[in-house]
Amino acid sequence: MTIHQIPAEDAKPAYNYAYLDEQTKRMIRRALLKAVAVPGYQVPFGSREMPLARGWGTGGIQITAAIIGPADTLKVIDQGADDTTNAVSIRKFFERTADARTCEATDEATIIQTRHRIPEAPLKPGQVMVYQVPMPEPLRRLEPREAETRKMHAWAEYGLMQVKLYEDIARYGEITKTYDYPVMVNDRYVMAPSPIPKFDNPKMHMSPALQLFGAGREKRIYALPPYTSVRSLDFEDHPFRIQSWTQPCGLCGAADSYLDEVVIDDRGGRMFVCSDSHYCETRRAQGHRGTMLGDAAASGLVEETTP
Amino acid sequence: MYVAVKGGEAAILATHDLVAEARRGDPAVPEISVAQIREQQALACARVMNEGSLYDQDLAALALKQSQGDVIEAAFLMRAYRTTLPRFGSSQPLDTAAMAIRRRVSATYKDLPGGQVLGPTYDYTHRLFDFTLMEERQSAVGSGQSLPTANPDRRLPIADRLDSHMPRVPDILGAEGLMEAEEPPEGDPRPFDLTRDPVSFPADRDVRLQSMARGDEGFLLGLGYSVQRGFGGTHPFVGEVRVGEVAVEFVPEELGFAVDLGDVTLTECQMVNQFQGSKEVPPQFTRGYGLVFGHSERKAMSMSLVDRALKSRDFGEATNYPAQQDEFVLYHADNVEAAGFVEHLKLPHYVDFQGELELIRRIRKEREERLAQERDAMPEAAE
Repeated sequence: MTIHQIPAEDAKPAYNYAYLDEQTKRMIRRALLKAVAVPGYQVPFGSREMPLARGWGTGGIQITAAIIGPADTLKVIDQGADDTTNAVSIRKFFERTADARTCEATDEATIIQTRHRIPEAPLKPGQVMVYQVPMPEPLRRLEPREAETRKMHAWAEYGLMQVKLYEDIARYGEITKTYDYPVMVNDRYVMAPSPIPKFDNPKMHMSPALQLFGAGREKRIYALPPYTSVRSLDFEDHPFRIQSWTQPCGLCGAADSYLDEVVIDDRGGRMFVCSDSHYCETRRAQGHRGTMLGDAAASGLVEETTP
Repeated sequence: MYVAVKGGEAAILATHDLVAEARRGDPAVPEISVAQIREQQALACARVMNEGSLYDQDLAALALKQSQGDVIEAAFLMRAYRTTLPRFGSSQPLDTAAMAIRRRVSATYKDLPGGQVLGPTYDYTHRLFDFTLMEERQSAVGSGQSLPTANPDRRLPIADRLDSHMPRVPDILGAEGLMEAEEPPEGDPRPFDLTRDPVSFPADRDVRLQSMARGDEGFLLGLGYSVQRGFGGTHPFVGEVRVGEVAVEFVPEELGFAVDLGDVTLTECQMVNQFQGSKEVPPQFTRGYGLVFGHSERKAMSMSLVDRALKSRDFGEATNYPAQQDEFVLYHADNVEAAGFVEHLKLPHYVDFQGELELIRRIRKEREERLAQERDAMPEAAE
């Protein structure tokens, strides 16, 4: 073709506020409204091709782009931390395209986009959680065909999932799903909570925050309106339980948070620290000290600052 | 007070600098220009235009330059740009029968109206290195030296020596009633746009063809090959492969008549497959269709093989093999999506991995304790 749209060297390509055009945002908002109206139901949407790779949070980014406005404060976390590379990259994307005010404090954020974690600090009414979802279909590992899984949801035919969980127990003595642990939403739809550790599942139940889930590559959106019942699937004689550790956080001493394991030498040395970096920092600022804080400062993991 | 050390942002910026450095390579070697890529790497540009779903040779060349020749990365750049472009409307249907032919071959007839036109093809080259291409030559155009085979007779403008009319082979068969007719669906609705709407299954043919046209060449090649070898069981003949330029026409609403927007280079493949018949319909050959941007015969042929395989359900055939299953083919043919999801495994997963560690350690510990108990329960049994 003879028409070229290469911008001149000095011309800045003009992108719309928050990158997506307004028509697309409206389409996404319509899908969100439907998703909120039918909690846990996967709404197909016209997922756009984004300038970030599919599978790297394009679903969450599209939702955030569709709901963010100048009055919002955005927090982006990956693995619970604000400083992981992909979280930094996505935060930068919104700073560039939406002039977004960003923050790390959970209670200051109006929108929290996350991959793999729910913050430890309780969420408040008015806050929106945006989850990046790789595989929205909880039944996919059991039935690869989308045409079939949609029917299974329509008929609430979830026996296959119960059998899978039972087989885990028969084989290993317990349910071996540690993340993306299936939940029953509003007593109707079985839903994939995205690959958050099952530790975080109870935080979704009756949460005062609005929770939105975006799967860009799979082109699905689903949602949990505030105060929705979210029950992790289990059996009466094998009740759902979350992960626990034998030691508290090495930096802040928290015994109630999800811990990451850090290998500190090649002789089996381990240190356990909060995965939620902001939660850990807040506690340290309050004067909580873990047993390994001094060592961590020495090895450059944290810095001691003079107030 | 302690704060976590944060290096993420600086590290990311440093990677951008390192990429720029790697892309440029040795500064003593002249930088390649976009025009050079467009003119001299046209087949790579065609692949980028196909998988990037955007016909723009300059942008395809730029994408290849920017991505250091990584075709999937280049297609990704094209897609991310394409998604921001306004849509003015749809063109008129292209008429490939009116194509300005560069190449046209049929495997079903020895000769046919318009004849066989070999055109530019690697088919009969011997794959021996041409070491003269190693030498750097100054603007050698017209010197004769750069075109060792140039013979004045052979270099006449092709169009002057070809028949102006080249009927498509399936149309020749169709005139005899031997070819499955291609009827538009009832009401001739506007084709589905998979870049704007989510696909649902079973997918209609417009969705399938669109998805394959932007699908990964290697994936479709493998699937097409699987059908030929027996994981499918179609027996195809190349009715025709044609390559050339076709005019794109558009009807602006305010004008009400068609305006010529320019030409696109296309490769079209029509496969003639084994016949089907029923009580109502006499036996007819069935059709597999492939249409792609640029000179991309391998892609067009693969696409037409898989197109026929995906018609299995419509013909009431068994759909036991991957190439016959629309969900399998359509979901996995998109290399930009596939690359994104495969490569996302590089992202940190240590939260989930920690969950797995906690579980496997506990299960192993419980197992050891159980075994120890069993040993204690029958200490003498072994003796």
